Amino acid sequence: MSYQCSVFSIQCSAFSYQFVIPTVLKFSRERTTRNFLLLFFSFLFSTTFSQTKTINVCATCDVKTIKNAIKIAKDNDTIFVKKGIYKEHKINVNKAIHIIGEDYPILDGENKTESIFAIKAANFSISGFHFKNVGMSYTKEIAAIFISKSNNFVIKDNKMDHVFYGFILQRTKYGLLQNNKILGESKTEATSGNGIHLWKCENMRIEKNLVSGMRDGIYLEFVTDSHVSHNTSIKNVRYGLHFMFSHKNEYHHNEFKRNGAGVAVMFSKFIKMHHNTFHYNWGTASYGLLLKEINDAEITDNVFEQNTIGINIDGCNRITYKNNHFIRNGWALKFTGGCYTNLFEYNNFMHNAFDLSYNSRLNDNKFEANYWSEYNGYDIDKNGIGDVAHRPVKLFSYVVNKTPETLVLLRSLFVDIINFSEKVSPVFTPDNLKDEKPLMKPINPLE
Amino acid sequence: MLKILKYSIFDLLRSRWSYVYFIFYLLLGFVLLFLNSDINKAVITLMNIIIVLTPLIGTIFGVMYYYNSKEFTELLLAQPIKRSKIFMGQYLGIALSLTLSLFLGLGIPFVFYGLFKSAAIFDFSLLIVVGSFLNFIFVALAYNIALSTENRIKGFGYAILMWLFLAVIYDGIFMISLIMFNEYPLDKFSLIATMFNPIDLSRILILLKLDISALLGYTGAVFKDFFGTNFGFIISMFILFLWVFLPVLRMKFKLKKKDF
Amino acid sequence: MISIKNLHKKFGKLTVLDGLDLEINKGGIFAILGPNGSGKTTLIKCLLGMVIPNKGEIKIDDKSVLNKWEYRNNLNYLPQIANFPTNLSVSELINMVKNLRPKQANEQELIDLFGLTPFLNKKLGNLSGGTKQKVNLVLTFMFDSELIILDEPTTGLDPIALIHLKELIQKAKTNGKTILITTHIMSVVDEIADEIVFLLDGKIYFKGSVTALKKQTNQTNLEHAIAELMS
Repeated sequence: MSYQCSVFSIQCSAFSYQFVIPTVLKFSRERTTRNFLLLFFSFLFSTTFSQTKTINVCATCDVKTIKNAIKIAKDNDTIFVKKGIYKEHKINVNKAIHIIGEDYPILDGENKTESIFAIKAANFSISGFHFKNVGMSYTKEIAAIFISKSNNFVIKDNKMDHVFYGFILQRTKYGLLQNNKILGESKTEATSGNGIHLWKCENMRIEKNLVSGMRDGIYLEFVTDSHVSHNTSIKNVRYGLHFMFSHKNEYHHNEFKRNGAGVAVMFSKFIKMHHNTFHYNWGTASYGLLLKEINDAEITDNVFEQNTIGINIDGCNRITYKNNHFIRNGWALKFTGGCYTNLFEYNNFMHNAFDLSYNSRLNDNKFEANYWSEYNGYDIDKNGIGDVAHRPVKLFSYVVNKTPETLVLLRSLFVDIINFSEKVSPVFTPDNLKDEKPLMKPINPLE
Repeated sequence: MLKILKYSIFDLLRSRWSYVYFIFYLLLGFVLLFLNSDINKAVITLMNIIIVLTPLIGTIFGVMYYYNSKEFTELLLAQPIKRSKIFMGQYLGIALSLTLSLFLGLGIPFVFYGLFKSAAIFDFSLLIVVGSFLNFIFVALAYNIALSTENRIKGFGYAILMWLFLAVIYDGIFMISLIMFNEYPLDKFSLIATMFNPIDLSRILILLKLDISALLGYTGAVFKDFFGTNFGFIISMFILFLWVFLPVLRMKFKLKKKDF
Repeated sequence: MISIKNLHKKFGKLTVLDGLDLEINKGGIFAILGPNGSGKTTLIKCLLGMVIPNKGEIKIDDKSVLNKWEYRNNLNYLPQIANFPTNLSVSELINMVKNLRPKQANEQELIDLFGLTPFLNKKLGNLSGGTKQKVNLVLTFMFDSELIILDEPTTGLDPIALIHLKELIQKAKTNGKTILITTHIMSVVDEIADEIVFLLDGKIYFKGSVTALKKQTNQTNLEHAIAELMS
């Protein structure tokens, strides 16, 4: 830490008269990553060393509204908004300024069909506000914070409730959304908006946000080279996270819990997903993770627990699944389309009703060295690898695929008997779909 | 009747088989909890065993007790006691002592491993309730078969067949008909077919509380709506009760005409 | 005492009782005889309510007994095969039967008579056939009832016990009880029976005293008299 501070102190001395400082100091304490430092270096180079000023906004101040404050502000100025209620909307930001709320001043949109902030700028930041009452519209995209064609910005430490959309970002680059809390009470998909909605963005970072009770927790469409990490997305009406046509992104250390349908990642390439937790997405058509038309992804170190379907895999190729935990799901893996050259290794499949289900040819996929709690082979040479191969597809799972209604017979003696006989002499299930090296003990057991 | 009940239980509790049964459940409970100290998983494994084994043991005990105590029953019949009371007493005696074995055999290890601190207590209670129902149902069915069959070998055969049918064959027919009539809406059929087999009904009741509830959405809304609600739960319990009540009623009816 | 009218019983296609009429007066020993399968046991079981007749009426003391059970309180029955629950001990069984009948019992006297004291705490499953039959007798005779029905009471008894049994029967007779006996031991019948009821093909073929039977058949020996009846 001291080392980091000393590095920063150089910056600090150079920037002592800059408004970014409170923000910078806070970040330095939070062990930001290298990438994040880069972002601030970009601030360093984009800002000039001119004299800047501070504007205070409050009910008894000279400047009483944020709009007025912005009007008189110049690039690199800082606006401090004191505690209070500000009934403003359609606040346009078009300068490189920093707007900081103190003790969460409330920005009340009074349910008007306008965004509270509408931003088109570079090198700005907004933090510490409590957004409320953003009206709903079927025709307009309205959010607490609406940003378009902007770059190099930080939006952090805000709270939002009763907002139609939390954030809408369009065509932005190098932005950071951090530590925002968006809490909705949505009931239906049609009448609700997304928590964080990104469209055509690049190099974005979405970190440590909490989104709950919205339509989609986090929605990304045509977003590239971005990181989504350490977010919590719970109880959203549709998806916890929704990815569309968004390549080369990485999301990790997120938690997705009790969302309507889970997390959907669609039509995207080169995605890395790791250390995420998908749990309790437990409903008729729910899944932990839906992968549709995903190629060349890496899915590692995730936990899928008690989802109706752990991962629903539809037309996905060249994906590596490693070190994932599938615990007590209805189906751990359900393949619903042609999938080729996928590799599953060192995963734990524990106590799922079905480990694997598929409805097309799966022979080009490789299952090797996974732990299957259903495996009942032996290990005579004590090398930790079972001496007989494990067949993860049960006859019953094949039957359920053909006739879903037969699911009512789950765990009946008859089903056990047919599964056993199929295991002894496979007739319906593919002969080559098996794990030749099943592990005797789970990998990295969770605490 | 209470006197007969008392003596039947007394008699059964001192027979070797009650202890074997009790110790079996006791060991099962301890082994399951010892192997994985997660009570939830133990409950799932227990369910698999209970829905198959309780009916089998109930059937065998029922038939066996009836035939073995036939002469004694005749002695009782010559006493000034109403016929139906003798048999009700015996029936309740068997069903209760089996239930007691189940309850204590599983209860002791679970209490030992901190059941009361666990959320699984409801699942466990449901398991015990359903297991008890199955005991009462299958002892009643076995008694019906024994009452209608003089020959004890035949009686045993029919009873085992009855168990085999309800535990395995029924589900086989059920599955085949579901597959064959794939194109038709099958929700209601499944629902009704489940009701007609106490083993299936018990299984579904437990599974709904454990892991199937969401999966059942796949089989159609009717099924899920029915079993997913308190109403469905109450109806299911009521049907289980009917499964006890109707065989007992037939027993009484049969007894009126039965010669000894 | 007992009045049976037009009693019919079929087991499947087999007619066992075919319009049987029987009147038995109070007091005395009645031997119910007949070849195997003549319906003796069925008749007794009808009386006991264990077999339900297809047709007919049975009255004891002018009250119908069909589908009733209270009358059995005044009736003692000794079943043919004494097969008791194997887990109970002798005293437990005796106490249990006592418990089931709201009546005074004098079991101690009988236990002493048959010398059963050493067996009281033994399990019934471990007893010999004769001892079981003694227990059976205790259970039958320990209550004071107007009607006593004995189905093959002599089975497995040693001579001493047999003497005690005959004494018991005689004593009951002197006390004015009605006793029905089925047996194949003709000497016993000859010795104690006041009247013989002979059953054949589900009907009463003969009813009367031993002397009357001998007279009718011109035989001096009871066994021969019976054989004569059947021919």
